[in-house]
This record gives sequence, C-alpha cells and structure tokens, in this order.
Amino acid sequence: MAAVTAEIREAVVKRRGHPSSHGEARFGFAMIGLSVLFVAVFTAIPIVASLGLSFFSWDVISTPEYVGLKNYQRLFTDGPVLKSFGVTLGMALAIVVLQLTIGLGLAVLVNQRKLVWVRTLFRTTFYLPLLASTAAVSIFMGYLFDYKFGVVNYYLSLLGIPNVPWLTSGFGAAATIVLIAVWQQIGFTFVLFVASLMSVPTDVLEAAQIDGAGAMRTLFRIKIPLISPTILFAAVVALINAMQLFDQPYIMTKGGPGSATTTVTISMYQKGFQNLEFGYGSAIAIVLLAAILVITGLQFLAARKLVFYQ
Amino acid sequence: MTESTGTLARIGRISGVVVLVVAAMIALGPLLWTVTTSLRTPAEAFSNPPQWIPLHPDFSNYAAVFDRIPIGRFFFNSVVVTGLIVIGQTITCTLSGYAFAMISFPGRSVIFGIFLATMMVPLQTIIIPVFVIIRYLGLSDSPLSLVVSALGSAFGTFLMRQYFMQMPRELGEAARIDGAGHFQTFLMIYAKMAGPAIATLAILNFSGFWAEFYRPLIFLQSQDNFTLPLGLVGLQGNLGTGSISVVLAGVVLAILPSVLLFIVAQRYFIAGITAGASR
Repeated sequence: MAAVTAEIREAVVKRRGHPSSHGEARFGFAMIGLSVLFVAVFTAIPIVASLGLSFFSWDVISTPEYVGLKNYQRLFTDGPVLKSFGVTLGMALAIVVLQLTIGLGLAVLVNQRKLVWVRTLFRTTFYLPLLASTAAVSIFMGYLFDYKFGVVNYYLSLLGIPNVPWLTSGFGAAATIVLIAVWQQIGFTFVLFVASLMSVPTDVLEAAQIDGAGAMRTLFRIKIPLISPTILFAAVVALINAMQLFDQPYIMTKGGPGSATTTVTISMYQKGFQNLEFGYGSAIAIVLLAAILVITGLQFLAARKLVFYQ
Repeated sequence: MTESTGTLARIGRISGVVVLVVAAMIALGPLLWTVTTSLRTPAEAFSNPPQWIPLHPDFSNYAAVFDRIPIGRFFFNSVVVTGLIVIGQTITCTLSGYAFAMISFPGRSVIFGIFLATMMVPLQTIIIPVFVIIRYLGLSDSPLSLVVSALGSAFGTFLMRQYFMQMPRELGEAARIDGAGHFQTFLMIYAKMAGPAIATLAILNFSGFWAEFYRPLIFLQSQDNFTLPLGLVGLQGNLGTGSISVVLAGVVLAILPSVLLFIVAQRYFIAGITAGASR
C-alpha cells in the first residue's frame, strides 16, 4: 500500500518536475541546521583536530610546534602508557565476557518465569544499579570493599576467610573494579536479552518441544542463534564502553596501587590535562580510537561466522 | 523414567529460582546498605555487622551534608545543566531527525552518513579538542560548557529519524494540499505523534547527563560550578573515612531523582536501551 502510494507520488513528481523542491530543500537545510552546527563543532571537527593535534607538541599556552610522528614514536616506547593499554584490554575483555554471560543467563532464567509481575520485578531489580552514577557507585563500593572495615570482608571473615585486599593489591584492584563495573552494567545486557528472547516465535519453541528437544538443547540450538544479532550488538556496545573505563579506577584507586588500574583514559588524562601535553594526549586518544575500531571490526568479522540473520 | 526426568526438571526449575534470588540480592545489597548506613549515626557507620533494617533511623546525616558542602548548589547546577541539555537536544534532534526522514534535499544521505560515522567515535578520544574549543568560546569552568558541547547529538538525530520514518507520508501530503506550510505540517502533525520517541530520548539524556562525571571533571575547576557527581567525589575526598554516613546521605540524595523518574517512566528507560539495538 505504502509502496504503491510512493510510486504514484514519484510518478506525479516526475511529471510535474518537482514543483516545490526548491522550497523543500531550503526547509530541509533549515531543519538540520542546529544539529549540523553542534555536531560539527563538538564532534566532527574535534575528530579531525584530535588527529591533527597528535602531530604537534602543545601546552595550550605557547604556539603549537609541529613534531611529525614524534608523539607516536614516544608512545610506542613509553612503558607505563603501553602498560595502560594492556590493563585496559584485559579489564575490558573481562567486563564484556562477564556482562554478556551473566546477563544472558539471568535473562534466560527470567524469561522462563510465566508471571508477568515476576518478570517485571526482576527487570526492575537488575536495572536499579544503572540508575546510580558511576561516581556514586564508586563511592559506596569503595566503602563496601574496604580492607579493614568493609562489609564484604566482614561477611567473609564469618566464613573464616582472612581479609582480602580487594582494592589494595594490584590484581585485586583490577578484578574488583571489573566486578563493580559488571554489577552496575548487568541491567543493560539483561534488558536487551530479555526483550529479544521475548521475540523468539513460540511456534518454533513448540516445534522443538514436540521433537523432544530438552531445555539446554533448545537454548543453545534455537534461542541463542535466534538472538545472536542482539548478542553481537551488546558485545560491541559493551566493549566500546569498557575500553573507555575511567570513573571507577579514577575515583576508587587513582589508577593504583602502582599502575595496576591505570587505564588508557587515565593515562590520557594525566598526560593531557595534568601535564598539559595536549599533542601527546591526542596521540594516545588516536591510538585508543584505532584500537577500538580494530576490535569492533574483529567482532563483526567473527560475527559473520557466528551470527544468524533471519 | 518419567519420574526421574520430572524430578530433574523440578530440580532445574528450583535451582533457577535460587540463582535469580541470589542475583537479585547481590544487585540490591549494596544499594540497600547505602540507604541504611546513611541513616546510622556517623559513629556507628563503619561498625559491622551492618544494620540491614534501620530500626532507629537517624536523619542528621542529611542535614550534615548541607552543612559540609554546598550540595544545594551542586543540585542546582545539575538540574540546570541536565535540564538544558534535555530540552536542547529534544529540539535539535527532533528537527533534524524529521528532516532526514521526511524532507528531500541535496546532500541528505552524505550528511546523514557523516552523522552516523561520528556516532562511532567515543567522547573520550576527542575530549582534548572539545576542551580547547570550550576555552576559545570563553566557557572554561562554566557549567554552560557542559550544555553547549552536548546540544547536538548524532545518536539522538538517528533515533528520531527512525521514528519519523515509520510514520505515514500521506498525512503530511494531505495537510500540504490543505495549504499547510512545511513547518506547520511538521509541528502540528508529525511532532505531535513523536511523543514516545521524544520521551525515550529525554530519559536517555537525563540518565546519562545527570550521572556524568568525566566532562565535569575536565571542564570545571571551582567548587561552586560542580555538578552533583563531581561534588560528591570531592566530599568523599575531604571527609576521608571519618563520616561515611554523611557521604552516603549525599549519594542517596543524588540517586533519588533518577529513581523517582524511573518509577513513573520505566518503559522509556527500557525503550532507551532497546532503541539502540535496532541500528
């Protein structure tokens, strides 16, 4: 119906030769004007400027000095900054894997509940942590995971487990921040997966049941393949976010102990905004952007084999 | 045979429920602890076991937050910044989303393509040039810097465009034949039907910018200009471990508006999450 109408319209327009197209074009430009202005000034131009700045040495005050590839040469021999890329990659992968598996597991379990209010109750529960800011979460989690007085170590001590240095040891701090990020973000993957599981057609599931497929078989052979596009989307978004991990380590550990939780964005913040090395900071930003694009590309490549499109 | 598979299925079902309940406790526990501890006296705040049910709630911490830091000021800044961004983006994104969906003009697909490409680029990788531009505009250390640099959104434009694309073109054509102008057609017919998409975008922006920490940390220097998340982190730093119940009272106050909004508009929060998946 709509297609037919569009065709007729097209034909009419062709015959009449765009009577109002001039006015329409002007109207279109006026409507996008504000968005184009703000997206250009605060997103598009900064992308180009970030790349440009990475070839300069600049402290904001004096005149920028062109240094060619020096910032990049420095980056690839700068041990601490390189380490921050490793730290970020490790923490980001852990966050994404946990967020996807736990989110999917909980979504499958909630999806099995028949009562609507039970499903709503769990959805609300798992969504609640998302309502708090990462700053708020970092503050109260810092207290909960405190080495001496924290509630977590208190309950572990009741079980006879000695105090765990959650935020005061290198590996502990990285692992704890991963857990806290997963705790807060689980609602994102959970809500996505519940929504897409609901859209799996019931006749397919009934057919599987009649053929005698068990719960596990139905899950891995039918449900997961059918929602795989959503899983890919969740994986891409979660990874892009996790690669920018900043608030939690900045607030809870200041990147420490040592440099155990110094992520790329913390390195960039230190070089750019604390040392006022805007050129070098931009080079770090560009390499981070490249890393994110490469990893996202790899995800889509892997998806060609794994994702099932209807 | 049937007996044992029946038992097996029952064990499966019950363990599923157990897992869900434990997960729910983990999700809620830290939030509950934050609320109940904010109701304990500062002296008891760090004494274990924690009090999960506040038998003798003590609200003095909430008064103390206002004495220790200008939390009223932080609240005001957060409300103004978040409010202006929500209103501003609703306008810019509704206008451009409509144009990209319904109006034909030269270069439309190229410009929209550039919009889509910028959506892939994370804020943190362009923050240095954005900071420089803010400085040139004379907005350093002003809450307005947070507003101005967030008034345009490629994602918001995309979201609104998707919604307008589903609307029937015939309505607008009928209105045009009746003599309505382009803008009138947009405002009186299509914008009125875009309520759910506008609500989703507004909720997404509210929750994102109300909680924002990174840009305020970089753009703002004087305490008077801080938004809530930045101010709270400062409060925690100043008080150390001395009076955590006061800090937690501030945390509860900061989360409260989001929770209240969630209660009345839960479906738009959920729509905000699933909206992106249709990309």
